Amino acid sequence: MKPRPSSLAFVALGLAAAGFAATFLDAAWLRDHGARQLAERGALAARLGLTDLALFTEARYTRHPSQADLHSAFQDHPVALEHFPTGSLLPPPASLVSHHERLDRKTASPD
Amino acid sequence: MNAWIEKQRHLIDFTLASLARRRTKNLGLLLVYTLLVFVLASVALYTHALRQEAAQILKRSPEIVLQRMVAGRHDLIPPGYLERIGRIRGVQTIEGRLWGYYYDPVVKANYTFMAPTAEAVQPGTLVVGPAVARSRGLAPGNTISFRAYSGKLFAFTVAGVLPHASELVSADLVLMSEADFRAFFEYPAGHHTDIALSVANPLEVRTVAAKLAAALPDSRPILREEVLRTYASVFDWREGIVLALLSAAIFAFAILAWEKASGLSAEEKREIGILKAIGWETGDVIKMKLWEGGLISLTAFLVGFIAAYVQVFRFGAPLFEPVLKGWAVLYPRFELVPSIDGLQVATLFFFTVFPYMAAVLVPIWRAAITDPDAAMRS
Repeated sequence: MKPRPSSLAFVALGLAAAGFAATFLDAAWLRDHGARQLAERGALAARLGLTDLALFTEARYTRHPSQADLHSAFQDHPVALEHFPTGSLLPPPASLVSHHERLDRKTASPD
Repeated sequence: MNAWIEKQRHLIDFTLASLARRRTKNLGLLLVYTLLVFVLASVALYTHALRQEAAQILKRSPEIVLQRMVAGRHDLIPPGYLERIGRIRGVQTIEGRLWGYYYDPVVKANYTFMAPTAEAVQPGTLVVGPAVARSRGLAPGNTISFRAYSGKLFAFTVAGVLPHASELVSADLVLMSEADFRAFFEYPAGHHTDIALSVANPLEVRTVAAKLAAALPDSRPILREEVLRTYASVFDWREGIVLALLSAAIFAFAILAWEKASGLSAEEKREIGILKAIGWETGDVIKMKLWEGGLISLTAFLVGFIAAYVQVFRFGAPLFEPVLKGWAVLYPRFELVPSIDGLQVATLFFFTVFPYMAAVLVPIWRAAITDPDAAMRS
């Protein structure tokens, strides 16, 4: 007997839902599996006092964005154009898009 | 209950038969819909995992890094600063750090040279990051020479390569002894690049930072939470850029879906007229169309999400990696640890499935309440 279209649809949707649930299980498995490596990365950062990810190594203000001068985007000379692709993909200075609290002002440090 | 289920099954049978009559059009819609969910889910999964990874790793970075500023630029910490900081209450450990950049013209890449205090590196030897080892073809025991900024040539023996697992933070690192670092960069004795501090009570970090800024007015304290926020904002910004680039495709789909779902074809209107003429109630017609919208949007969501997950966490996100991760000559190779944000998935579900269902409902309700005779004649 030919199965009803609704039965086929439920089987297909059930399989897709099982696949969806499997992504969460797989993520949990991969997380367990990668926990040691993640801990190793964290331990190295703690041991060497690392402050940044080695994602963009082309210039000092992209290699260590958290340690860069506060206005490093046009640092070479006034109205200097940005050289590096990463620079153009970094967010603009916080003063232009002020989403966060101004901690530097709170600590009364010179800019 | 059984009668209700049976009725719904009949409605679904009919809906599927109706969809099959316009197979090409509906399959095309399903494909585009799935692709849209795939793209959005890929971007969301990838950036969330990257953000989590950065947060996990950098939560162990120094609590406060103190830089000295001269004419608005980062400058060396002169002798005496460490002692002055040591007198500030609440400071637990102080460590003068030595690190800097070196441009290697051979591979046209920047390395981060560092003299770690926690790890003993023998004078004359180096421990290099995995990407440095890869780009220069280095293995333990090899010799490598660098020309210092002073023009002198320095030769080093590679004592080890940092583990691949740590590549995300150590790709471009070159660790050397303090004596070698000072000789290579001609650092004056007693000077440091910056100072890493830890604070006894985490609640006092801001207070200590304020005291530091007051005691050393030419210094700039950088807190760990600022570092974490920097990365969160970098990846938020990148996610935003990708979504902005994709917005044209999203709008195109929205128009297509709206057109398909809201503008009933003459054939569909006639079909509704016939159904009503043979005794279907308005509620039945609406239920049938709801099933149609539900089946299409749910299938697209589930298949799109699964494909996105597999693409991002099993194949390394080849489609979006260059934009989301950035690029560099020395690029770290790393596998992201999956992290799925339930709220993000629920938001994606809400914004992809519900608008389509709503777009289906309005016109069908309008058509279903018209007179069957008028619907068939129109």
